[in-house]
Amino acid sequence: MYVQALNEALVEEMGRDASVFLIGEDIGYSGGGVFRVTTGLADRFGDGRVRETPISESAIIGTAVGAAATGLRPVAEIMYMDFITCGMDQVANQAAKISFMSGGQVRLPLVIRTPSGMGTREAAQHSQSLEAWFVHTPGLKVVMPATVYDAKGLLKSSIRDDGPVLFIENRMLYYEKESVPEGEWVVPLGQAAIRREGDQLTVVATAYALHKALKAAEMVAGEVSVEVIDPRTLVPLDMEAITRSLEKTGRLLVVHEAPVRGGFGAEVVRRAMESAFEYLDCAPRVLGGAATPMPYSPPLEDACVPQVEDIVAAMRAMVGR
Amino acid sequence: MSDDGARLVGMLRTMYRIRFFEERVKELFGQNLIWGGVHLYIGQEAVATGACAALRRDDYLVSTHRGHGHCLAKGGDIRRTMAELMGRDTGYCRGRGGSMHLFDPEIGLLGGNGIVGAGLPIALGAALSAQYRGSDQVCACFFSDGASNQGTFHESLNLAALWKLPLVYICENNLYAATTPASKTLPLPDIYVRAAAYGIPGVSVDGNDVEAVYQAVSQAVTRARGGEGPSLVECKTYRIEGHCMVLDCHRDPEELAAWKERDPIRMFEGRLLEMGVIATDDIAELRSQAEADVREAVEYAQASPFPSADDLGLADLPAAVVAGF
Repeated sequence: MYVQALNEALVEEMGRDASVFLIGEDIGYSGGGVFRVTTGLADRFGDGRVRETPISESAIIGTAVGAAATGLRPVAEIMYMDFITCGMDQVANQAAKISFMSGGQVRLPLVIRTPSGMGTREAAQHSQSLEAWFVHTPGLKVVMPATVYDAKGLLKSSIRDDGPVLFIENRMLYYEKESVPEGEWVVPLGQAAIRREGDQLTVVATAYALHKALKAAEMVAGEVSVEVIDPRTLVPLDMEAITRSLEKTGRLLVVHEAPVRGGFGAEVVRRAMESAFEYLDCAPRVLGGAATPMPYSPPLEDACVPQVEDIVAAMRAMVGR
Repeated sequence: MSDDGARLVGMLRTMYRIRFFEERVKELFGQNLIWGGVHLYIGQEAVATGACAALRRDDYLVSTHRGHGHCLAKGGDIRRTMAELMGRDTGYCRGRGGSMHLFDPEIGLLGGNGIVGAGLPIALGAALSAQYRGSDQVCACFFSDGASNQGTFHESLNLAALWKLPLVYICENNLYAATTPASKTLPLPDIYVRAAAYGIPGVSVDGNDVEAVYQAVSQAVTRARGGEGPSLVECKTYRIEGHCMVLDCHRDPEELAAWKERDPIRMFEGRLLEMGVIATDDIAELRSQAEADVREAVEYAQASPFPSADDLGLADLPAAVVAGF
């Protein structure tokens, strides 16, 4: 399971490197985080390395920043991505900028883990996908694992990275199952994965939307040949993989659950226009969330983000079927 | 000269260096050789000087937007400091940081900050790092009356108290937050009393008395180094200049005159003369040495090249935007 993979990554990295420690709300003996990612870690490593904090997001992220600047490798947990707003200065003005502003004198090897996404019927303050804010902020890497394998491999790479990494998990994926190898592996940051090969349409999809896109591709198999790409890290973005795919397919659809307006999909389209314009047979499209705060009631919530049938319709429309 | 005498003279020297540095910065700003948000430290020299005299070189220091004095008092290189303010490649941050963002890991200086109150959470991390590694370093966290009203102040003190972090909070209550007087922003005039809310010691000292600052911070440092946790030292002082070079603020002329009467440097000179630690000639020599240091720093900076944009190592400078990134 995705949640176990994250847990294993933390166990392995903490075991490997004594400078790695965890900090966040409820992450220790109180229960291993509300999504149980850190379950058992306080028992294993003690409360000196699994630091349970008050509800103080600025203090959590700021502590991670100061500790990283002085030689440690903190992994901070923000319980819901929505709550990162409370510590936003520490992310956007401090973590993202210190290494640069110091002229490279200060390294900042820190990871902020946080779950995002909708589908859990928690309304507008617990259901946001805010990755675009951080993609827009120079100085951060932005990682979004969509599979169990990547959850572990990317978290390990993020912890070993010498810069600040925003590691965005997805709540709908925590209990996703997948058979993975035993033991250790790492997935390098900045390498996209081709999840399905095809030659008529390239779909770039992130996090939970990847799973929906794969289902949609399966449903149109035989009528539309779809290539599905999981960028895995939004910054740095593996534009080469996307461009190579567009050379083959000539059509680009980006799918994510975050609002489309000013979003990551628009960024992929912008870059595709620069790198692959001559290959494109039709206008690229972005399928994403509506420009509305997330509603609570299930039919309303479901209507606000692309569902499998929406993706199927877009796939068919783009290849003229 | 006794050790104590040497310490006192050393503190006077530091105060001169800060004062002359700041006076020169003011001139250079007027000549368009320094830009941006420059926040002068004139009048507050006793705080940085007294506090840093109580710290070791390897102790951490979290600074503020008004941080030139902190950097110099902690042992920062005056030439690299000036070069940074003048945007040169030889500056501390190779021209990336400027006045508000001085960093020098060699002396534990973890940066100034353009965001009021933002250093308080970062100080938690430096102090935790020392505690985690089993080092006996402490972290001195400077902030001001303005920052004491930020949420970060409360989050930071709460967590530091909870975890007994080796932190010394040094509040420079200079009576103005940007242009707004403290009387309009603080429901009680004293900030040190807020320490009681977190169960940690809080003291108030005359921030224009360098010895008083030194003594109070030394006690707090001893406590922090001994594993007893954080303290809050409020230094009552006064910001002689406006908020920054482009934003002055109205002050009651009588208030200003009264504080100028309490100039921390003149007060300290008088005391050292009285104690017989120095003579009038020594003062003249210390002053001229400090002036020479500042002069040399400016010459060094002016002779230094500006950084090249090529060194940013970016594919996405606007001129190269077609290359994308």
